[in-house]
Amino acid sequence: MAKLLEVTDLHTYFFTEAGVVKAVDGISVSVEDGKTICLVGESGSGKSVTAQSVLRIVPRPGRIVGGTIRFDGEDLLAKSEAEMRKMRGNKMAVVFQDPTTSLNPVYTVRKQLADILLLHKGLSKDQANKTALGLLEKVGISDPEKRLNAYPHELSGGMKQRIAIARALSCEPKLLFADEPTTNLDVTIQAQVLELLKQLQKEYGMTMIMITHDMGIVADMTERVTVLYAGKVMEEADTTTLFTSPKHPYTEALLKAVPSVAETRALEVIPGNIPNLIEPPLGCVFHPRCKYAKDVCMKEQPEWEKVSEGHYAACHRWRELSLQGRS
Amino acid sequence: MERTQFARTELSMLTDSGPLLRVRSLIKHFDVVERGIIGRKKIGEVHAVDNVSFDIARGETLGLVGESGCGKTTTGKVLLFLETPTAGSVNFHGMDVFEVFGKRGRAPDARKLRRGMQMVFQNPYTSLDPRMTVFDILSEPFVIHRNIPKEEWKERVYELLRMVNLEEYHAERYPHEFSGGQRQRIAIARAIAVDPEFIVCDEPVSSLDVSIRAQILNLLSDLQQKKHFSYLYISHDLSSVRQISHRVAVMYLGEIVELAETNSLYDNPLHPYTQALISAVPVPDVKHRTTRVILPGEVPSPMNPPNGCRFHPRCPYATDICKRDPPAFEDRLVKGHFVACHHADKFVR
Repeated sequence: MAKLLEVTDLHTYFFTEAGVVKAVDGISVSVEDGKTICLVGESGSGKSVTAQSVLRIVPRPGRIVGGTIRFDGEDLLAKSEAEMRKMRGNKMAVVFQDPTTSLNPVYTVRKQLADILLLHKGLSKDQANKTALGLLEKVGISDPEKRLNAYPHELSGGMKQRIAIARALSCEPKLLFADEPTTNLDVTIQAQVLELLKQLQKEYGMTMIMITHDMGIVADMTERVTVLYAGKVMEEADTTTLFTSPKHPYTEALLKAVPSVAETRALEVIPGNIPNLIEPPLGCVFHPRCKYAKDVCMKEQPEWEKVSEGHYAACHRWRELSLQGRS
Repeated sequence: MERTQFARTELSMLTDSGPLLRVRSLIKHFDVVERGIIGRKKIGEVHAVDNVSFDIARGETLGLVGESGCGKTTTGKVLLFLETPTAGSVNFHGMDVFEVFGKRGRAPDARKLRRGMQMVFQNPYTSLDPRMTVFDILSEPFVIHRNIPKEEWKERVYELLRMVNLEEYHAERYPHEFSGGQRQRIAIARAIAVDPEFIVCDEPVSSLDVSIRAQILNLLSDLQQKKHFSYLYISHDLSSVRQISHRVAVMYLGEIVELAETNSLYDNPLHPYTQALISAVPVPDVKHRTTRVILPGEVPSPMNPPNGCRFHPRCPYATDICKRDPPAFEDRLVKGHFVACHHADKFVR
């Protein structure tokens, strides 16, 4: 199937006073039309900056310094800012982590939804209002007519996130980024929102990129996973393969370190801390915390190797190690 | 070390053979006031904690779970008298906590009690004073409690650092030089500096990265095994609660709706709210498939909690009796498995 988005060897650096932060340092990721993939990683892994780079909304002092981004057959890095504006919200949209800050507090829900429709779709005010109402119904907001005139502070967190989703979907984008969309929500509300995203993704035939640190959400939501760490890609596979037979020690460690609501088991600790991205470790970035690290891991960066069809890993020792998944 | 040990036996002499901590009918209501031009008018009450009772044994971890606004953090704070209770009693080592702390000018027992009960807060970025070195942070309890002579402070601080897997040289540094996980270790070291017996841990891993969470959870368990601490582990994260708790209490709108031994609660939840809560958590396992119970609506306002069973407006099993009568909180179906639901017998497996 055709790739809707193809990011190759992306480098996005932040030029801070303390030094150059290599937030994204050679990340490649691609997604086929109509699929859902997941970028999983901890803070500083580069998952959000990757999304920002694709949307070309990297905040200063950040800059895309290398790589290519192809979306729907077009080269995004060659586009002018005006052209990007036409894409954002129209062909690609994003749902951010915190709906309290991503919605504008001084405008009503109606205005925030209608503005996008007026701008991108060229609808009349009446049409835009009607469409906005339809969107609120679609994302499961009760009493939508009343909510249209509400301001964000009058709504609960779960409802705000539904509005943010409605806004993202308003122009029926081809690609939706969901950047930790449920991290600030309670579990029962999280379940509602995840279910909604799944259902909408099917209905619209959208391509979705979920960004999360929660292995539970990965297992639940997506078909393919890319594991990021310290601005680099560690492993990529379909979800089942990644969980049952990981080939990168970081993936294995992550799977063993997360508790599960379904069972009690001994947690295996990943020692140490997330590295400083101004001076990332030489060789493999994970080597200081890796229990399988050898001399070569400290000196040379591992190649991105094909393990099997659709399964890739960046580890010097993937062939000799027999890593355990979560069975 | 010997001195702190002495303090502990001193407290233990007061104990009867019962649980270390006994909480009975704890109530905390917050007044909601409207500010006018002249004076304030009370317009309502938030029922943050309503009639909560539980015991914690020595060396036991009781998990307290619930969604935001259910009153779990307030419960933890009221126990330590960081919030003034509205009613109820807390008994620690046979001492009435509220009476000791409630006295004006503070009874001499208050300091002793404070040494027995400590707290680890959610956010180590705000709970540590940025202008103090780790040494100052960890020795401040000694200044207050005067339990250790000054010449032993250094040794004791080093010992504390080792206990939480930090190095001696960390003592000279400031909080901003540490990562989140390391800061939380410092916060834990500070809590155990006075050799307490009971520690309230309020979401101690929520602000940490996934790879760091396991470190802190394991540290808390290790310390418990060595020192027989009792924990009240407050969290909204049901997975980490399952990992660390011996028993778990589930709160909804200020009330405990279910309390049972961990496996019993997770494997056979008897309250529809607990069932929904557990089923809502995504499991990090591709083979795990459950039918998710999606609760309709959201948690009602704690200012006017619903009549009868507080969960009835969202409960898929609610009948007339649920709208009318609040259910009793009892363990009549399974011994030691307390639940407040009129229909709990349907769910016993």
